[in-house]
Amino acid sequence: MAGIVSYGAYIPIYRLSRAILGQVWGGGGKGEKAIANWDEDSITMAVEAGMDCLQGIEKRSVDALYFASTTPPFKEKQSASIIAAGLDLREDIIAADFCSSLRSGTIALRAALDAVKAGSARQVLVIASDCRPPAPNSAFEPLFGDGAAAFLVGTEGVVAEIAASYYLTSEFIDIWRLECDLLPRTWEERFVLDEGYEPHMKKAFNALLKANNATVKDFAKAAFYAPTARSHGAMARAIGLDAKTQVQDPLFDSLGNTGAAFAPMILVAALEEAKPGDQILLGNYGDGADAHIVKVAPGIEKLKDRRGIKRHLESKVMLENYGKYLKFKNLIQFEETPMTRTRTSLPAMWRDRNWQYRCHGHKCNNCGKTQYPLQKRCMYCQAEATFLEEVPLSDRKGVLFTYSMDERAAVVDPPNVLAAVNLEGGGRIFSQMTDRDVNNLRVGMPMELTFRKIHDALGVHNYSWKCRPARA
Amino acid sequence: MAEPIKDKVAIVGMGCTKFGERWDTDITDMIAEAVDEALKDAGVELKDMEAIWLGTQWGSQVVEGGVVTGTLLSSTLQTQYVPVTRVENACGTGAESLRGATFALAAKAYDLVLVVGVEKCKDMGFGGLPSVWIGRWEPVYGAFGSGPGRYAMAATAYFSKYGLSNEEGKRVLAEISVKSHYYGARNPKAHLRREVTVEQVMNAPMIAWPLGLFDCCGVTDGASAAVLCRTEDARRFRDDYITIKAFGMAASPGWGKEREDFDFTYWDATQAAARAAYAEAGIKEPRKELDVVELHDCFTIAELIASESLFLCDEGKFKEQMTDRRAYYHDGEMPVNTSGGLKSFGHPIGASGCREVYEIYKQIQKKVEEPSRQIANVQMGLAHNQGGHPGKFVCGATVVGTP
Repeated sequence: MAGIVSYGAYIPIYRLSRAILGQVWGGGGKGEKAIANWDEDSITMAVEAGMDCLQGIEKRSVDALYFASTTPPFKEKQSASIIAAGLDLREDIIAADFCSSLRSGTIALRAALDAVKAGSARQVLVIASDCRPPAPNSAFEPLFGDGAAAFLVGTEGVVAEIAASYYLTSEFIDIWRLECDLLPRTWEERFVLDEGYEPHMKKAFNALLKANNATVKDFAKAAFYAPTARSHGAMARAIGLDAKTQVQDPLFDSLGNTGAAFAPMILVAALEEAKPGDQILLGNYGDGADAHIVKVAPGIEKLKDRRGIKRHLESKVMLENYGKYLKFKNLIQFEETPMTRTRTSLPAMWRDRNWQYRCHGHKCNNCGKTQYPLQKRCMYCQAEATFLEEVPLSDRKGVLFTYSMDERAAVVDPPNVLAAVNLEGGGRIFSQMTDRDVNNLRVGMPMELTFRKIHDALGVHNYSWKCRPARA
Repeated sequence: MAEPIKDKVAIVGMGCTKFGERWDTDITDMIAEAVDEALKDAGVELKDMEAIWLGTQWGSQVVEGGVVTGTLLSSTLQTQYVPVTRVENACGTGAESLRGATFALAAKAYDLVLVVGVEKCKDMGFGGLPSVWIGRWEPVYGAFGSGPGRYAMAATAYFSKYGLSNEEGKRVLAEISVKSHYYGARNPKAHLRREVTVEQVMNAPMIAWPLGLFDCCGVTDGASAAVLCRTEDARRFRDDYITIKAFGMAASPGWGKEREDFDFTYWDATQAAARAAYAEAGIKEPRKELDVVELHDCFTIAELIASESLFLCDEGKFKEQMTDRRAYYHDGEMPVNTSGGLKSFGHPIGASGCREVYEIYKQIQKKVEEPSRQIANVQMGLAHNQGGHPGKFVCGATVVGTP
């Protein structure tokens, strides 16, 4: 039996109220959508979802990492390899990007299932993460949200079996970005929905049910993609779902359409509420469609204690204005000043990869102290390097020892908050603080670590670890 | 067997330019200005200098980065093939330059030498220090960690440790700024020459919380210079020369910020340099024996913590022992920064260490530019000069005095 062994998700802390979009452009709109901070992208959100999924799991047991997204931060250069380093996975794994398609999450899931069934991998981590920038004042603007979902796929300890699947591939074009495009393009909505989404999605569902002698009545919940809330409701009606009991909330009012991560995130939301024995109907759309029968197994209840979708949704900060949103989405050009000058060095990043990407510190086997970053001599007892042993620190919680807020730093979202965080179990990390409410910081508050972009100096995304106030 | 440096070397001439935003003045103009004053003060000529130390963090390369050598000085002043050593130890450059020159004289390698400190900070196009460094910890570790941001962490930690509310803590710092500006206003060569009130300081725009605009030193252009010889030769140049009593110099192991047992409220390198300097100078009670201290107050919190780490007052007792008793004014029991300090005199990085000694030199000679800040009787003073940031300092403590 192959299926999901563990799941996790990530939703950025910031939300944009659609009322703000109404104030800017006119019109209305209810609810809100999740917005990545300026230092987040599909890679950093994937690391977060992966950490949520892998908690309590021996990372060495992961043999492959598949990353699904339409917004890989590098056009050339794999994203999965950086995510694997952020998650501190083994080096001798296979990493792959499944990109371009909105359906890449479930396509990667199939590849993972095939690998574990064939025995070429014991466990495969599949992460779908998307961070699409909609054009200002477009139909997409109120719709698009940011987020990620992760599944550990294997054959042992399966909590949700992917019992049956149907895949349909189509050359239908409805939404796209050319190589040079920052923003998505689309066609008339009636064509997109009437000739694209509805017939393809319906065909996949019907073919799946027919091949497996099933009906929609067999499912506790249906978790499926739709471009909009309205088309989601229409699809539920079209295949005969009971809107009150059988439809997993697609979170358009609280999350938004998160692209390639959307259907996987709705599946995580369904799994969070699922009981052993439940069957979930999963559907995804984009360049065709796919549909799946997911059978929930007894172990599912052991996985409830994680942030997943529900707790991530509850932990939020509302963006105060549209300007900040444009800044976070990098959709506006600001004045350049002589101060906005940063550099990078790829050789330095490479040499320091174990602490900059993997968040390894040193534990001194002479005095027992933990320290970060990696050292040449123990910073406490001056013991030689042979006493220093690398230890992973990214999972450790901490408390804020001291901080400052630099209003003049050339960062995207001033003030630049510098922090010293003492970690549980030893170690102190000096870093920038992100996802912070500058009016509510205090010495002693609980903190945690997060993999983020530091800057884009010299045209390279430079990632490392920051701290943030612990999310609920 | 090493010998103490005490009283072996004398300063016989000093110069200091007007500090400030000197838009019309190049780094070479400022070198010439400071050197001319120092040479004239000593009654010597440039060609008499046998070796020169040039202290500057960025030199002439402030905009684009690159190589700075002693030729910055030799090509400016047309010295003819004497050695010019370029010295750089961040904001502690000045003390290091003086130290190199002093030891060369003590070693009898030369008889008469020149020290110059200079910085041109205002060619960059923004308020704040130039950031051309491409150091070991670039590209991501400590990225965007500015001077104000790093020092402000020490203020937060100090307030927290001693139970001061933000309001109470900022008020203690504001009093320091008021004092600095009081003396800046009484120093014609100072950068910031306007007095301020506690309310102005506390309500000023925030630079790096909890430090506001008036908690931070100016970003300043300027240069300073000194002519030195061995003490036995000093009377050939002047009667009111001063001597070097001690150099305490300490580089911290540098991982304070990252060590769980460091709380930011004391500075280990500062303590180490002070201890070494006091031992060499024979000082047992610095608050009683030092008549003036020129202290490295790039920020108000820097003056507070350095005062404690130099043992001018007890740890955690700055407010009671310095502020409340107005001890740090020129007529108080422990005058600190009667020049206006880095805060108001200004902080052209490479020039500051030598400039601090300049103030003590003038105080001892009773020749400060504006008599209202003259201390009655100065026999011995401390120039404290440090580079880096809390947890990672290189610190110089230079004691000078009457022979």
